[in-house]
Amino acid sequence: MCYEAIVIGVSSGGMKAMKIMFSLLPENFSTPIIIVQHISAHSDNQWIKLLNDKSNLPIKETDEKEKIERGNVYIAPPNYHLLIEKDKTFSLTIDERVNYARPSIDVMFESAAEAYKNKLIGVILTGSNNDGTKGMKRIQECGGLTIVQDPATAESSYMPASVIAAMQVDYVLPLNGIIALLIKITQLQFHK
Amino acid sequence: MRDIDMPELEISLLLEAVYQKYGYDFRQYSEAHIKRRIMNSKAMSGLENISQMQSKVLNDEAFASKLLQDLSITVTEMFRDPGFYKSLRENVIPVLKTYPFIKIWHAGCSTGEEAYSMAIIMQEEGLYDRTTIYATDFNQQALSQAKEGIFSNSMMKEYTTNYQLSGGKESFSGYYTSNYDNVIMNQSLKKNIVWANHNLVTDSVFAEVHLILCRNVLIYFDRNLQNKVQRLFYDSLVNGGILCLGSKESLRFTDLNEEYTELDKKQRIFKKDY
Repeated sequence: MCYEAIVIGVSSGGMKAMKIMFSLLPENFSTPIIIVQHISAHSDNQWIKLLNDKSNLPIKETDEKEKIERGNVYIAPPNYHLLIEKDKTFSLTIDERVNYARPSIDVMFESAAEAYKNKLIGVILTGSNNDGTKGMKRIQECGGLTIVQDPATAESSYMPASVIAAMQVDYVLPLNGIIALLIKITQLQFHK
Repeated sequence: MRDIDMPELEISLLLEAVYQKYGYDFRQYSEAHIKRRIMNSKAMSGLENISQMQSKVLNDEAFASKLLQDLSITVTEMFRDPGFYKSLRENVIPVLKTYPFIKIWHAGCSTGEEAYSMAIIMQEEGLYDRTTIYATDFNQQALSQAKEGIFSNSMMKEYTTNYQLSGGKESFSGYYTSNYDNVIMNQSLKKNIVWANHNLVTDSVFAEVHLILCRNVLIYFDRNLQNKVQRLFYDSLVNGGILCLGSKESLRFTDLNEEYTELDKKQRIFKKDY
């Protein structure tokens, strides 16, 4: 299977997890990564600058209508929902909060599932609410691969545990295992 | 038979029906967004599929009116993005001060929170008496609410914070009167706001203005429609007039990118070239 994008949902404890993830993913990691991190509406993008310092991949906040390109990491901007269109561009909305969150993981995941169908990998990392569970179900329904951080190893176990309770996920792994798996899957693609 | 995504075909037929029967045109809205709104609407209606919604829209005006509300986003705040209003005070007000009278178009004003924010700023800057704010939306229900100027008291704490972050120096509670759960905005703020029904998708230029605010409206449109509406804004602005977009919106993908100069890149404030 050739995966075209990876979507990641993460909430409390996310900064630490992402720092680790992006310091370990190699610079030739070309599958685009799209992230929703729950964040305050008034947050500036200072934390993205911090993440970039330790990252081998360029990480940026998405602009509306921007095209999703390989080799990039995109982060949903604060106070907007992020949607993915079938032509692999981003749309933003300021619709009502979903699961008390804007951006919401479910909103992004559901649209990504429909845009990428079975060519999508969904990942839920540490977090303390159940945003992302519906989105992961939708990814699975559309034929995508689902990966969840092992709750025992997550800084906040609630969000990954919520997904595991709701569905049969493909992989439950600690963070390092997830990173290794993503590299393995995408390298297999690379050699094909 | 062709391989067609059924919900998408049904959505495009539904939007066609809405347009043909009621004149509201959602056909060039961003697909993922409109699909999500329609799916939510379907779930709420209890109908089995989108084709049933289409039939109901054509035969049941109350249902159609409900659907229009569902497709129209009315989420807004007073002084939403305080950094923007701060920049407006610093970079735009000095330009506006040079005009003997000032016309402002707030396009897509929804329930009016940002139009009142604008009125407050103009009052504080001593410009309100020579200002007219045209606040327009296609959603009549939202406009009526805006005109009343009644908002939930529970939001005022957040709005006060926004106001202060935007550089407001007065006491924000001086701008409204509380009555239990609600507040009503001061009459003095309403006096120079003209509320009008205008649809950016189907209506044309209606005034020549010095400042256009259209924030987080164009995000719902596809590129072609964005381009068309940007042309409408360009034609409505005086030379040297100012265009304010939402914090994630840009002119980058439009034909008019070269026709403006950035006044504040981060806050997406543009000045039409002479």
